[in-house]
Amino acid sequence: MLKDEDRIFTNLYGWQDWGLEGARKRGDWSTTKDILSKTPEDIVDAVKASGLRGRGGAGFPTGLKWSFMPKEPGDQPVYLVVNADESEPGTCKDREIIRHDPHKLVEGCLIAGYAMRATAAYIYIRGEFYNEARHLQAAIDQAYEAGLIGKNASGSGYDFDVILHRGAGAYICGEETALLESLEGKKGQPRLKPPFPAGCGLYGRPTTVNNVESIAVVGEIMRRGPEWFASFGRDKNQGTKLFCISGHVNNPCNVEEEMGIPLKELIERHAGGVTGGWDNLLAVIPGGSSVPVLTKEICDDVLMDFDALRDARSGLGTAAVIVMDKSTDIVKAIARLAHFYQHESCGQCTPCREGTGWMNRVMQRMVTGDADISEIDALEQVTKQVEGHTICALGDAAAWPIQGLIRHFRPEMERRINERQAGAPSAQAAE
Amino acid sequence: MPKLTVNGIEVEVQPGATVLQACEEAGFEIPRFCYHERLSIAGNCRMCMVEIKPGPPKPTASCAFPAGDNMEVFTDSEMVKKARHGVMEFLLINHPLDCPICDQGGECDLQDQAMAYGHHSSRYDENKRAVTNKNMGPLIETIMTRCIHCTRCVRFSTEVAGVDQMGLLNRGGEVEITTYLESALDSELSANVIDLCPVGALTSKPYAFTARSWELRKTESVDVMDAVGSNIRVDARGGEVMRVLPRLNEDVNEEWISDKTRFACDGLKRQRLDKPYVRGVDGKLAPASWDDAFAAIATKAKGLSGEKIAAIVGDLADAESMFALKQLMGALGASSIDCRQDGAKLDASCRAGYLFNSTIAGIEDADALLIVGSNPRWEAAVLNARIRKRWLAGNFPIGMVGAPVSASYDYDQLGAGPETLSQIADGSHAFAKVLDAAARPMIIVGQGALARADGAAVLATARAIAEKFGMIQPASSDAEGNEVPTWNGFNVLHTAASRVGGLDMGFVPGDGGRDTAGILEGAAKGEIELLYLLGTDEVATSGIGDKAFVIYQGHHGDQGAHHADVVLPGAAYTEKDGLYVNTEGRVQMGFRAVFPPGEAREDWKIVRALSDHLGHGLGYNTLGELRSALIATHPSFAELDEAPTAEWGAFGVSGEMSGDAFASPIENFYMTDPISRMSATMAECTETFVNAKAGRTGTEG
Repeated sequence: MLKDEDRIFTNLYGWQDWGLEGARKRGDWSTTKDILSKTPEDIVDAVKASGLRGRGGAGFPTGLKWSFMPKEPGDQPVYLVVNADESEPGTCKDREIIRHDPHKLVEGCLIAGYAMRATAAYIYIRGEFYNEARHLQAAIDQAYEAGLIGKNASGSGYDFDVILHRGAGAYICGEETALLESLEGKKGQPRLKPPFPAGCGLYGRPTTVNNVESIAVVGEIMRRGPEWFASFGRDKNQGTKLFCISGHVNNPCNVEEEMGIPLKELIERHAGGVTGGWDNLLAVIPGGSSVPVLTKEICDDVLMDFDALRDARSGLGTAAVIVMDKSTDIVKAIARLAHFYQHESCGQCTPCREGTGWMNRVMQRMVTGDADISEIDALEQVTKQVEGHTICALGDAAAWPIQGLIRHFRPEMERRINERQAGAPSAQAAE
Repeated sequence: MPKLTVNGIEVEVQPGATVLQACEEAGFEIPRFCYHERLSIAGNCRMCMVEIKPGPPKPTASCAFPAGDNMEVFTDSEMVKKARHGVMEFLLINHPLDCPICDQGGECDLQDQAMAYGHHSSRYDENKRAVTNKNMGPLIETIMTRCIHCTRCVRFSTEVAGVDQMGLLNRGGEVEITTYLESALDSELSANVIDLCPVGALTSKPYAFTARSWELRKTESVDVMDAVGSNIRVDARGGEVMRVLPRLNEDVNEEWISDKTRFACDGLKRQRLDKPYVRGVDGKLAPASWDDAFAAIATKAKGLSGEKIAAIVGDLADAESMFALKQLMGALGASSIDCRQDGAKLDASCRAGYLFNSTIAGIEDADALLIVGSNPRWEAAVLNARIRKRWLAGNFPIGMVGAPVSASYDYDQLGAGPETLSQIADGSHAFAKVLDAAARPMIIVGQGALARADGAAVLATARAIAEKFGMIQPASSDAEGNEVPTWNGFNVLHTAASRVGGLDMGFVPGDGGRDTAGILEGAAKGEIELLYLLGTDEVATSGIGDKAFVIYQGHHGDQGAHHADVVLPGAAYTEKDGLYVNTEGRVQMGFRAVFPPGEAREDWKIVRALSDHLGHGLGYNTLGELRSALIATHPSFAELDEAPTAEWGAFGVSGEMSGDAFASPIENFYMTDPISRMSATMAECTETFVNAKAGRTGTEG
């Protein structure tokens, strides 16, 4: 278990002041000027050495991402964009950071921006995060007032602006290029890649898009050293991580833990265990709604990091652990996700636009068993026709939960269909 | 130059080329819906996917992926086949499959590609979606349930046409293409979205349910609605022109045509002259035989001296009939002939003085533009798209002298009339610096600046500007020894398809001859006794009264025919073979798609037959012989489909210019000639796009 002194987000629960004064007490902004006296390369190397992987879901090494930015941008602007459009069902880690520790993010913006020679950071915050946006804006204003950002930020001689932009609440705007489109004032639809944002991003300029958590931990990594951060977790899966545990647990919570903590330990130690005990567990979605579901057998000993969950044919995603006990209608749960993805598809490219609707309609029938056994295979093929064929990852995100369901709970789906065909009233009809 | 292999075949492509282009280079067809060479890349249909090694183990959209060195591309691997099957299935699940009642049937990309890449049956058992149809004006029929959301129409209207009125609303399965508040698409090029639409979502409203594509006889021809000479295909069934479509010509119209070019063809069926008429003793026009009509002319012409005879040709005349008429007039001793019925003070003596010398494609090479007395959007809509294309590329300042217009690009309104032009010419105007700084500046002089009393002086000033600001550059080589081709930035933008041809053959007043204004004045006074109008419908002949004997040869009972004493029914542009010279001086050949109605005949034949009755038989009996004679005297007509490089020389007459502002000669884009004036579709467009803006009183009913 992570020791208290190793926690980065020491005000995760909002027990202390979230403002500048409280942040300073927690150590934020204490050595910012010293950090900025290093060269950008040093900071990028330190972040690389820390083993930090992107906390937004894909897990791309953060330092490596920064190193793609131009070394000599000239007099044209270069941007850091922070993705605070946290909309993944089950995920609420960025929300807590912004609510209770916004200065970690603002300071991280400055350090990360300096490391990639950016002229400004744009923080794109989800529209529904109204109070969070107020906190964050207040924190930015405090930082400006204290001279921590803006002209000669923190006395470093480096000019850096942080601008907060509120989105309008579309899930797809959390996709980095759709976010850039939205930030530019256009319809939030993902762009084609290549070109990647590091070459041609916001307003056609080199841009790096990072998750809130990835940026917010940078200050502590620089203060305590990359070795400290890398000392947690397994090789290539280092550091501490915020986990959001929700669903059928006795104590749903956000908690900062070491990467690679066993799932069972995470749930039992921090969330008070599964309701009705571990044996009452049916399934867990370990990384936000877009990763495949895991059965209890896998949950018994799976570790919570990128590679272990990938090997279990799921993913760490945003580390939003959705726990479902045996009272759950698993087919209905996944069908709800299918509906979500249909609703949130931007409609730009064919497989996602048509496929999410198709998958949802079939899934709704699977709930009641109003289908044919052969349709399970057809459904799986449809998910394969969507996965990997779309412009952005939303297609994959829509396909994976259903693939996970079919992989692990096919007997349940078949049972419903057989019972329905045998004339038994469905659970749905009985309601 | 990246080198890569496509299915094992090595190809080398231009840097920046896409994988799709590389595949085509290697000879492999890549199915696509959203990709279009002339539009930005959307990459949303996902039909063009190929397998690329090295790369991720999933297919890649080839239209948007840059071709790289040592790439291995596979267009028919199992992965690619699966991807295409999958996308095709997705596209069809919500497509209504109403091909039997769809106008796109037979020429539908979705239909064709479903045959090639689709499943034989559907696994989709759910309800299909249905979408409300949208109003897009009198030209575009919408059946939006068929839409596959390729967004070609959106990209065309924003990029090429320059109107931000189309877009994709909503998201996911609920996306819909619509125009802003369902208003008509306000562009002269709007109907090109019909051609671009790969399915039957946007189809032609006037053509709806009239014919199937495979029933039509296709004739490749040239448009005469403006002086651009857009390349068209005339689709006819029996004796009826059903529709007009664009034909690819990179140098002229790329693959666009204006709405007038496309839809004025229904005017070919109305108010046609299908038999000769002679004005009787009762003062009324009565049907007559060809012999009677010719006899009436011969009787009038007998013993008449040449100076009492005159001829004016109209805007739609083909070169052959003009040439025959010119020779006939010469034989009669008449020197009062004119092809400038609008009275433009164009100088036929120097070819460079009346051509669009830069060429239409050459607009893309220019780096500054001065427009004088012209509204290109209405005078030459397709050419205007070229200006926009160049403007979009950036660093292209445009100055406008004349009435402010709604253009599809930003421009500086420099002034209204000749005063501003003089300031630019003497360098005192700020725009003079812009022209000075430009390496390849160009000027476009419209008929609005020339068809006025001081037109010759305006022309001379424009020439002075061209010479002063280095718009005329001989071929040279730059500092590195690279060859720099010649540049002629002096351009006259014509509005009439016949004009350049007429000037090329010298259909202008000879020694002592009168020009259009002089002829009309003389006819009103009785000094001209025999006036021959070849399709001349834009001049006021009503003032002539009984003084002169007027012969009208043309295809529509329009202005010209109303006051004629003899009407000779001719052929419209779809009904005859003919040469037309566009504003660039490009000679193009039109072909007959249908026969002229009733007793109407091809125009050159009428002139040829009349010449016998007048005792001055012209020496050719076939079109080929006529063309040989034309080319013998005017060799430029032999250079088909080539934009000429005309020798620079002196033209225009320096002199006082009036203070009057320049005005575009076109008040209503949709009605500029006898054919479009008779078109019901063009009347609807006038109502929708022109009158609606002019303001209504509320009493129109």
